[in-house]
Amino acid sequence: MPTALLCNLDPIARRAGVPRIVKTRGIPYPAGDPSLEAGEERMWRRGLCETALRALATAVSGPTVFETTSEAAR
Amino acid sequence: MATAWCGDDHAVTEPGAIDEIVRLAQQAGGEVIVAGPAFGSGRYGVACARVAAAAARAGLRAVAAMHPDNPGLEEGAPVVVASGSTARDARSSCERLAAALRKLLAGAALGPDDGLLTRPRRATVRAPAPAAERAVDLLLARLAGDDRATEIPPPAAAAVDAAAPVDPSTAVIALLTEGGLVPAGNPDRLESARASRWLRYRIAGSSALEPGRWECIHGGFSVTWANADPNRIVPLDAAVELAAEGRIGRLHAEYLVTVGNGTSVAAARRFGVEWAAELRKAGVQAAILTAT
Repeated sequence: MPTALLCNLDPIARRAGVPRIVKTRGIPYPAGDPSLEAGEERMWRRGLCETALRALATAVSGPTVFETTSEAAR
Repeated sequence: MATAWCGDDHAVTEPGAIDEIVRLAQQAGGEVIVAGPAFGSGRYGVACARVAAAAARAGLRAVAAMHPDNPGLEEGAPVVVASGSTARDARSSCERLAAALRKLLAGAALGPDDGLLTRPRRATVRAPAPAAERAVDLLLARLAGDDRATEIPPPAAAAVDAAAPVDPSTAVIALLTEGGLVPAGNPDRLESARASRWLRYRIAGSSALEPGRWECIHGGFSVTWANADPNRIVPLDAAVELAAEGRIGRLHAEYLVTVGNGTSVAAARRFGVEWAAELRKAGVQAAILTAT
Protein backbone atom coordinates (compact mmCIF):
# COMPACT_ATOMS: atom_id res chain seq x y z
CA MET A 1 0.00 0.00 0.00
CA PRO A 2 1.62 3.31 -1.02
CA THR A 3 2.26 5.43 2.07
CA ALA A 4 3.55 8.98 2.28
CA LEU A 5 5.65 9.46 5.42
CA LEU A 6 5.58 13.01 6.75
CA CYS A 7 8.69 13.42 8.84
CA ASN A 8 11.40 15.85 9.81
CA LEU A 9 14.29 13.38 10.01
CA ASP A 10 14.41 12.42 6.36
CA PRO A 11 18.00 11.00 6.53
CA ILE A 12 16.74 8.36 8.99
CA ALA A 13 13.69 7.64 6.83
CA ARG A 14 15.94 7.27 3.78
CA ARG A 15 18.30 4.95 5.62
CA ALA A 16 15.32 2.86 6.74
CA GLY A 17 14.31 2.51 3.11
CA VAL A 18 11.04 4.46 3.20
CA PRO A 19 9.97 4.90 -0.44
CA ARG A 20 7.85 8.09 -0.19
CA ILE A 21 9.09 10.76 2.23
CA VAL A 22 7.55 14.23 2.68
CA LYS A 23 9.87 16.64 4.45
CA THR A 24 8.38 18.53 7.40
CA ARG A 25 9.65 21.29 9.68
CA GLY A 26 9.90 19.95 13.21
CA ILE A 27 9.75 16.80 15.28
CA PRO A 28 6.86 17.79 17.62
CA TYR A 29 4.58 19.01 14.79
CA PRO A 30 4.92 16.88 11.65
CA ALA A 31 1.86 18.52 10.08
CA GLY A 32 2.33 22.05 11.31
CA ASP A 33 4.69 24.93 11.94
CA PRO A 34 3.86 26.96 15.08
CA SER A 35 6.20 29.75 13.98
CA LEU A 36 3.64 30.72 11.34
CA GLU A 37 0.49 32.79 11.85
CA ALA A 38 -2.61 30.51 12.09
CA GLY A 39 -3.83 31.03 8.52
CA GLU A 40 -0.35 30.56 7.07
CA GLU A 41 0.18 27.42 9.13
CA ARG A 42 -3.08 26.00 7.81
CA MET A 43 -1.86 26.67 4.24
CA TRP A 44 1.45 24.98 5.07
CA ARG A 45 -0.41 21.92 6.37
CA ARG A 46 -2.55 21.83 3.25
CA GLY A 47 0.62 22.10 1.18
CA LEU A 48 2.15 19.14 3.05
CA CYS A 49 -0.96 17.04 2.36
CA GLU A 50 -0.87 18.05 -1.31
CA THR A 51 2.76 16.94 -1.43
CA ALA A 52 1.73 13.66 0.20
CA LEU A 53 -0.91 13.14 -2.50
CA ARG A 54 1.67 13.92 -5.18
CA ALA A 55 4.00 11.33 -3.58
CA LEU A 56 1.23 8.73 -3.54
CA ALA A 57 0.56 9.36 -7.24
CA THR A 58 4.25 9.10 -8.21
CA ALA A 59 6.04 5.86 -9.09
CA VAL A 60 9.29 5.53 -7.11
CA SER A 61 11.92 2.81 -7.05
CA GLY A 62 13.68 3.68 -3.80
CA PRO A 63 13.69 6.25 -0.99
CA THR A 64 12.50 9.53 -2.50
CA VAL A 65 12.10 12.84 -0.69
CA PHE A 66 9.24 15.10 -1.84
CA GLU A 67 9.53 18.78 -0.98
CA THR A 68 6.51 20.98 -0.48
CA THR A 69 6.65 23.51 -3.28
CA SER A 70 3.18 25.06 -3.33
CA GLU A 71 2.90 28.77 -2.60
CA ALA A 72 1.96 27.76 0.94
CA ALA A 73 5.56 26.78 1.48
CA ARG A 74 6.75 30.36 1.35
CA MET B 1 24.58 -41.14 16.00
CA ALA B 2 23.19 -42.43 19.26
CA THR B 3 19.83 -41.55 20.76
CA ALA B 4 19.03 -41.28 24.44
CA TRP B 5 15.39 -41.01 25.42
CA CYS B 6 13.70 -40.48 28.69
CA GLY B 7 10.29 -39.54 30.05
CA ASP B 8 10.07 -35.83 30.72
CA ASP B 9 8.79 -36.29 34.28
CA HIS B 10 11.67 -38.63 35.02
CA ALA B 11 14.24 -36.26 33.55
CA VAL B 12 12.97 -33.32 35.57
CA THR B 13 12.28 -35.03 38.93
CA GLU B 14 14.93 -37.76 39.15
CA PRO B 15 18.12 -36.14 40.51
CA GLY B 16 20.59 -38.33 38.62
CA ALA B 17 18.78 -38.49 35.30
CA ILE B 18 20.46 -35.57 33.55
CA ASP B 19 23.98 -36.69 34.41
CA GLU B 20 23.11 -40.20 33.33
CA ILE B 21 22.07 -38.98 29.88
CA VAL B 22 25.31 -37.04 29.52
CA ARG B 23 27.27 -40.10 30.66
CA LEU B 24 25.47 -42.24 28.06
CA ALA B 25 26.46 -39.73 25.41
CA GLN B 26 30.08 -39.82 26.50
CA GLN B 27 30.09 -43.63 26.52
CA ALA B 28 28.73 -43.61 22.96
CA GLY B 29 31.65 -41.36 21.95
CA GLY B 30 29.35 -38.40 21.31
CA GLU B 31 31.05 -35.15 20.38
CA VAL B 32 27.95 -33.02 20.26
CA ILE B 33 24.60 -33.37 22.01
CA VAL B 34 21.37 -32.27 20.41
CA ALA B 35 18.49 -31.95 22.88
CA GLY B 36 15.03 -31.44 21.47
CA PRO B 37 13.29 -29.76 19.75
CA ALA B 38 11.04 -29.54 22.79
CA PHE B 39 8.55 -27.19 21.03
CA GLY B 40 6.27 -25.56 23.62
CA SER B 41 6.38 -28.48 26.05
CA GLY B 42 7.55 -27.15 29.42
CA ARG B 43 8.98 -30.21 31.17
CA TYR B 44 10.52 -31.47 27.95
CA GLY B 45 12.10 -28.05 27.42
CA VAL B 46 13.49 -27.97 30.95
CA ALA B 47 14.92 -31.48 30.47
CA CYS B 48 16.55 -30.55 27.14
CA ALA B 49 18.06 -27.39 28.55
CA ARG B 50 19.43 -29.17 31.61
CA VAL B 51 20.99 -31.88 29.45
CA ALA B 52 22.58 -29.24 27.22
CA ALA B 53 23.87 -27.31 30.23
CA ALA B 54 25.31 -30.45 31.88
CA ALA B 55 26.90 -31.53 28.61
CA ALA B 56 28.55 -28.13 28.23
CA ARG B 57 29.88 -28.34 31.78
CA ALA B 58 31.31 -31.77 30.89
CA GLY B 59 33.12 -30.24 27.95
CA LEU B 60 30.79 -31.46 25.21
CA ARG B 61 29.26 -29.22 22.65
CA ALA B 62 25.49 -29.12 23.02
CA VAL B 63 22.50 -27.46 21.42
CA ALA B 64 18.95 -27.45 22.74
CA ALA B 65 15.93 -26.40 20.70
CA MET B 66 12.57 -25.14 21.91
CA HIS B 67 9.92 -22.48 21.43
CA PRO B 68 10.89 -18.98 22.66
CA ASP B 69 8.14 -19.16 25.33
CA ASN B 70 9.37 -22.48 26.74
CA PRO B 71 10.33 -22.21 30.45
CA GLY B 72 13.37 -24.35 29.64
CA LEU B 73 15.04 -21.18 28.40
CA GLU B 74 15.68 -20.24 32.02
CA GLU B 75 17.66 -23.40 32.72
CA GLY B 76 21.10 -22.16 31.76
CA ALA B 77 21.77 -24.01 28.52
CA PRO B 78 24.49 -22.10 26.70
CA VAL B 79 23.04 -22.54 23.21
CA VAL B 80 19.29 -22.76 22.58
CA VAL B 81 17.84 -22.49 19.10
CA ALA B 82 14.21 -21.54 18.45
CA SER B 83 11.69 -24.15 17.32
CA GLY B 84 7.99 -23.97 16.54
CA SER B 85 5.41 -24.31 19.30
CA THR B 86 4.10 -27.79 18.45
CA ALA B 87 5.32 -30.96 16.73
CA ARG B 88 3.40 -29.75 13.69
CA ASP B 89 6.43 -27.49 13.15
CA ALA B 90 8.85 -30.43 13.39
CA ARG B 91 10.11 -30.16 9.85
CA SER B 92 11.02 -26.46 9.86
CA SER B 93 12.29 -26.70 13.43
CA CYS B 94 14.63 -29.60 12.62
CA GLU B 95 15.88 -27.88 9.48
CA ARG B 96 16.75 -24.78 11.47
CA LEU B 97 18.35 -26.87 14.21
CA ALA B 98 20.41 -28.80 11.65
CA ALA B 99 21.59 -25.58 10.01
CA ALA B 100 22.59 -24.14 13.40
CA LEU B 101 24.41 -27.33 14.26
CA ARG B 102 26.36 -27.34 11.00
CA LYS B 103 27.38 -23.75 11.58
CA LEU B 104 28.40 -24.42 15.16
CA LEU B 105 30.47 -27.46 14.18
CA ALA B 106 32.19 -25.38 11.50
CA GLY B 107 33.38 -23.18 14.32
CA ALA B 108 31.17 -20.18 13.59
CA ALA B 109 29.23 -18.25 16.24
CA LEU B 110 25.45 -18.38 16.14
CA GLY B 111 23.35 -15.23 16.17
CA PRO B 112 19.68 -14.24 16.19
CA ASP B 113 19.43 -14.98 12.46
CA ASP B 114 20.18 -18.63 13.23
CA GLY B 115 17.31 -18.69 15.71
CA LEU B 116 19.64 -18.35 18.69
CA LEU B 117 17.56 -17.59 21.79
CA THR B 118 20.34 -17.45 24.33
CA ARG B 119 22.59 -14.48 24.66
CA PRO B 120 25.67 -14.89 22.48
CA ARG B 121 28.86 -15.11 24.46
CA ARG B 122 30.92 -11.97 24.43
CA ALA B 123 34.56 -12.39 23.57
CA THR B 124 37.24 -9.93 24.53
CA VAL B 125 39.33 -8.93 21.55
CA ARG B 126 42.25 -6.56 21.30
CA ALA B 127 41.61 -3.62 18.98
CA PRO B 128 44.39 -2.66 16.59
CA ALA B 129 44.54 0.87 17.99
CA PRO B 130 43.17 2.80 20.97
CA ALA B 131 39.68 4.26 20.74
CA ALA B 132 40.88 7.85 20.30
CA GLU B 133 42.97 6.92 17.27
CA ARG B 134 40.13 4.92 15.71
CA ALA B 135 37.73 7.79 16.30
CA VAL B 136 40.07 10.20 14.51
CA ASP B 137 40.48 7.69 11.67
CA LEU B 138 36.71 7.46 11.32
CA LEU B 139 36.42 11.24 11.35
CA LEU B 140 39.07 11.52 8.62
CA ALA B 141 37.25 8.87 6.59
CA ARG B 142 34.03 10.84 7.00
CA LEU B 143 35.73 14.06 5.90
CA ALA B 144 37.10 12.22 2.89
CA GLY B 145 33.55 11.45 1.84
CA ASP B 146 33.09 7.96 3.27
CA ASP B 147 29.81 8.33 5.13
CA ARG B 148 29.44 4.61 5.82
CA ALA B 149 32.59 3.98 7.83
CA THR B 150 31.57 2.85 11.31
CA GLU B 151 32.49 0.38 14.03
CA ILE B 152 28.86 -0.04 15.04
CA PRO B 153 26.72 -0.73 12.00
CA PRO B 154 23.08 0.27 12.54
CA PRO B 155 20.59 -2.58 12.29
CA ALA B 156 19.92 -3.24 8.63
CA ALA B 157 16.42 -2.27 7.65
CA ALA B 158 14.53 -4.83 5.63
CA ALA B 159 14.28 -3.62 2.08
CA VAL B 160 10.78 -2.44 1.29
CA ASP B 161 9.59 -2.58 -2.28
CA ALA B 162 7.85 0.65 -3.14
CA ALA B 163 4.14 0.08 -3.72
CA ALA B 164 2.68 1.14 -7.06
CA PRO B 165 1.25 4.68 -7.10
CA VAL B 166 -2.48 5.37 -6.90
CA ASP B 167 -4.75 8.14 -8.15
CA PRO B 168 -5.56 9.90 -4.86
CA SER B 169 -8.70 11.47 -6.32
CA THR B 170 -10.35 8.06 -6.56
CA ALA B 171 -8.62 6.31 -3.64
CA VAL B 172 -9.66 5.68 -0.05
CA ILE B 173 -6.86 7.22 2.01
CA ALA B 174 -6.13 6.62 5.69
CA LEU B 175 -4.41 8.95 8.15
CA LEU B 176 -1.88 7.22 10.41
CA THR B 177 0.51 8.50 13.06
CA GLU B 178 3.14 7.33 15.49
CA GLY B 179 2.71 10.67 17.27
CA GLY B 180 0.62 9.42 20.20
CA LEU B 181 -2.51 11.50 19.57
CA VAL B 182 -5.44 10.04 21.55
CA PRO B 183 -8.76 11.33 22.95
CA ALA B 184 -8.26 13.62 25.97
CA GLY B 185 -7.57 11.58 29.10
CA ASN B 186 -6.06 8.71 27.11
CA PRO B 187 -9.03 6.38 27.83
CA ASP B 188 -7.31 3.31 26.35
CA ARG B 189 -4.04 3.90 28.22
CA LEU B 190 -1.70 3.95 25.24
CA GLU B 191 1.90 3.85 26.51
CA SER B 192 3.98 7.02 26.08
CA ALA B 193 7.14 4.98 25.39
CA ARG B 194 7.92 1.46 24.18
CA ALA B 195 4.31 1.08 23.08
CA SER B 196 3.20 -2.52 22.80
CA ARG B 197 0.10 -1.79 20.77
CA TRP B 198 -1.76 0.59 18.51
CA LEU B 199 -5.26 2.03 18.58
CA ARG B 200 -7.79 3.51 16.20
CA TYR B 201 -10.14 6.44 16.64
CA ARG B 202 -13.10 7.58 14.62
CA ILE B 203 -12.76 10.83 12.69
CA ALA B 204 -15.60 10.45 10.17
CA GLY B 205 -17.93 13.44 10.32
CA SER B 206 -15.33 15.77 11.87
CA SER B 207 -13.79 18.55 9.82
CA ALA B 208 -10.86 19.10 12.19
CA LEU B 209 -9.41 17.83 15.45
CA GLU B 210 -10.54 20.20 18.17
CA PRO B 211 -8.02 21.30 20.80
CA GLY B 212 -9.07 20.03 24.22
CA ARG B 213 -10.82 16.95 22.88
CA TRP B 214 -7.55 15.31 21.86
CA GLU B 215 -4.30 14.89 23.69
CA CYS B 216 -0.78 13.94 22.67
CA ILE B 217 0.73 11.44 25.10
CA HIS B 218 3.98 10.81 23.21
CA GLY B 219 6.84 10.71 25.72
CA GLY B 220 9.58 11.69 23.30
CA PHE B 221 9.03 15.43 22.81
CA SER B 222 7.19 18.44 24.23
CA VAL B 223 3.51 18.01 23.45
CA THR B 224 2.64 21.71 23.89
CA TRP B 225 2.25 22.38 20.16
CA ALA B 226 0.34 19.17 19.52
CA ASN B 227 -2.17 19.86 22.29
CA ALA B 228 -2.65 23.46 21.14
CA ASP B 229 -3.63 22.14 17.69
CA PRO B 230 -3.97 18.35 17.32
CA ASN B 231 -4.14 18.76 13.51
CA ARG B 232 -0.37 19.30 13.75
CA ILE B 233 -0.10 15.56 14.48
CA VAL B 234 -3.00 14.21 12.39
CA PRO B 235 -3.72 16.70 9.57
CA LEU B 236 -7.46 16.08 9.53
CA ASP B 237 -8.54 19.65 8.69
CA ALA B 238 -6.43 19.81 5.53
CA ALA B 239 -7.32 16.25 4.50
CA VAL B 240 -11.07 16.87 4.89
CA GLU B 241 -10.73 20.01 2.79
CA LEU B 242 -8.89 18.10 0.05
CA ALA B 243 -11.52 15.34 0.14
CA ALA B 244 -14.30 17.93 -0.20
CA GLU B 245 -12.55 19.32 -3.28
CA GLY B 246 -12.30 15.86 -4.82
CA ARG B 247 -8.51 15.70 -4.50
CA ILE B 248 -8.93 12.69 -2.17
CA GLY B 249 -11.48 10.05 -3.17
CA ARG B 250 -12.54 9.37 0.39
CA LEU B 251 -10.94 9.58 3.82
CA HIS B 252 -10.91 6.39 5.89
CA ALA B 253 -13.32 6.75 8.83
CA GLU B 254 -10.65 6.13 11.49
CA TYR B 255 -7.07 7.10 12.08
CA LEU B 256 -4.59 4.56 13.45
CA VAL B 257 -2.17 5.61 16.15
CA THR B 258 0.71 4.30 18.20
CA VAL B 259 3.68 5.87 19.94
CA GLY B 260 7.07 5.64 18.28
CA ASN B 261 9.38 6.23 21.23
CA GLY B 262 12.05 3.72 22.18
CA THR B 263 10.19 1.31 19.92
CA SER B 264 12.04 -1.79 18.80
CA VAL B 265 12.29 -2.47 15.08
CA ALA B 266 10.48 -5.76 15.70
CA ALA B 267 7.51 -4.01 17.35
CA ALA B 268 7.39 -1.37 14.62
CA ARG B 269 7.42 -4.06 11.97
CA ARG B 270 4.56 -5.87 13.68
CA PHE B 271 2.49 -2.66 13.84
CA GLY B 272 3.18 -2.09 10.14
CA VAL B 273 2.06 -5.58 9.18
CA GLU B 274 -1.06 -5.30 11.34
CA TRP B 275 -1.89 -1.84 9.98
CA ALA B 276 -1.52 -3.00 6.40
CA ALA B 277 -3.82 -5.97 7.02
CA GLU B 278 -6.36 -3.82 8.85
CA LEU B 279 -6.41 -1.14 6.18
CA ARG B 280 -6.56 -3.57 3.30
CA LYS B 281 -9.53 -5.28 4.92
CA ALA B 282 -11.23 -1.90 5.22
CA GLY B 283 -10.69 -1.18 1.51
CA VAL B 284 -8.05 1.54 2.05
CA GLN B 285 -5.71 2.04 -0.93
CA ALA B 286 -3.12 4.50 0.35
CA ALA B 287 -2.00 6.18 3.56
CA ILE B 288 -0.51 9.37 4.93
CA LEU B 289 1.63 8.62 7.98
CA THR B 290 2.97 11.38 10.20
CA ALA B 291 6.17 10.70 12.14
CA THR B 292 7.57 12.74 15.00
